[in-house]
Amino acid sequence: MSHGALMHEKVDDVAVVIQDVTAGDEVKIVTLEGEDMGVVRAVQDIPLGHKIALRDMSAGKEVIKYGRPIGRATKDIAKGAHVHTHNVRSIRWEASIDE
Amino acid sequence: MNKLNLTGYRRENGRVGVRNYVLIIPVDDISNAAAEGVASLIRGTYALTHPYGRLQFGEDLELTFDTLIGTGRNPNVAAAVVIGIEPEWTNRIVEGIAETGKPVAGFSIERYGDLKTIEMAARKAKEFTQYASELQREPIELGELWVSAKCGESDTTLGLASNPTVGRVLERLIAQGATAIFGETSEVTGAEDKIAAQCINQEVADAFMKTFQDYQDFILSTGANLMGSQPTKGNIRGGLTTIEEKALGNVEKMGRNKVMSVLKPAEAPKGPGLHFMDTSSAAAEMVTLCAAAGSVLHFFTTGQGNIIGNPVIPVMKISANPLTVSTMSEHIDVDITGLLRLEMTLDDAADKVMEVMARTVNGRLTAAEALRHNEFVLTKLYRSA
Repeated sequence: MSHGALMHEKVDDVAVVIQDVTAGDEVKIVTLEGEDMGVVRAVQDIPLGHKIALRDMSAGKEVIKYGRPIGRATKDIAKGAHVHTHNVRSIRWEASIDE
Repeated sequence: MNKLNLTGYRRENGRVGVRNYVLIIPVDDISNAAAEGVASLIRGTYALTHPYGRLQFGEDLELTFDTLIGTGRNPNVAAAVVIGIEPEWTNRIVEGIAETGKPVAGFSIERYGDLKTIEMAARKAKEFTQYASELQREPIELGELWVSAKCGESDTTLGLASNPTVGRVLERLIAQGATAIFGETSEVTGAEDKIAAQCINQEVADAFMKTFQDYQDFILSTGANLMGSQPTKGNIRGGLTTIEEKALGNVEKMGRNKVMSVLKPAEAPKGPGLHFMDTSSAAAEMVTLCAAAGSVLHFFTTGQGNIIGNPVIPVMKISANPLTVSTMSEHIDVDITGLLRLEMTLDDAADKVMEVMARTVNGRLTAAEALRHNEFVLTKLYRSA
């Protein structure tokens, strides 16, 4: 099975899917160096280029990609879920968010 | 990889161009019609129309001058005709371009009207285009190139593939003595420490952080909701969730190069290596400023498919997004989707970009050039008087 998602750093919470993924698909995760990081079952449809959660995350947790926080979870995120603007928001520009 | 055989036009001031244009430069919005009149009469000329140049003041006015003068000075330009409504500002631009030693002439419309001005300017433009048509390409070295890099309609494939590839290309060019510009002050938010860490010394790092902070303060002072514009709707569609995520992908374009200086908008670098320019992240504004600073070729990485071009410098589109490469193929110069499939390494991808770069330098039209994408867009700092 060829890989379905790429991750930047081994500590990352998310990986980027490199083709459209359908809920229920087994997604093979590899690092940019090609190291096998196991398989995650998608629990939602995830479009090409979007992120899949590699572990369960609680609301309020910093979401790690590139080995660094890219935002904060605004709700609980399940392993295999689509990670995007509906459940993560910027930490840096939090002050400018109208809510 | 093999040595690239590059050719270009060596200008009077020693700089090297990869194109050979005769520009008709309007000083102001109301001189566009005359500039277009000249360009429609004389083969091989291009009218660099734009909507500003009247009642600007202070820094905003200076930036318009710097951009128009810098574009005329660009080594891709063989000669220039400048047309303005009145002689004083027209002459200022003529004199700025003339410092390079290239042929330049100015005409002002008051006391003549458009039609007489067009006739006089067209006679000069004819002389310049015949002059330019006899200039010959000659062998040039990689290290003589000034280039620039920016991404647009970014998505997650930029951080994974396209931007690290450009970073690798810039490492190779700079190792040979080339000069490179990157920027996008608002779009590095969340990765500014990475740029600061690669600055050549503390002084440059401090200058960068001051530039960055000033921009943040400016944005916050407007009270606007940034989340509506960064990431853009296209970025979000492509899977980028936050500005931090976008920025961390963006700065991959630096490669491992040191940042040698921080440039004002449209300011020419004073030495080789990588330079950070204080620019907007809007594609056409940024590339216009790079061309005004002296870049002769632009590496443009795109995820969702930004289609921008520039009238003076070739803009090479590089994409690793398989959907974009297949649905917008006429806009893409270099397909590096193989990186996502791990079928190619970063060095393979960099080789591919260098190969297309060499052909582009030697005269092959980029997709944007063939499609007449001639976006020349002045950066406006604030409203006119």
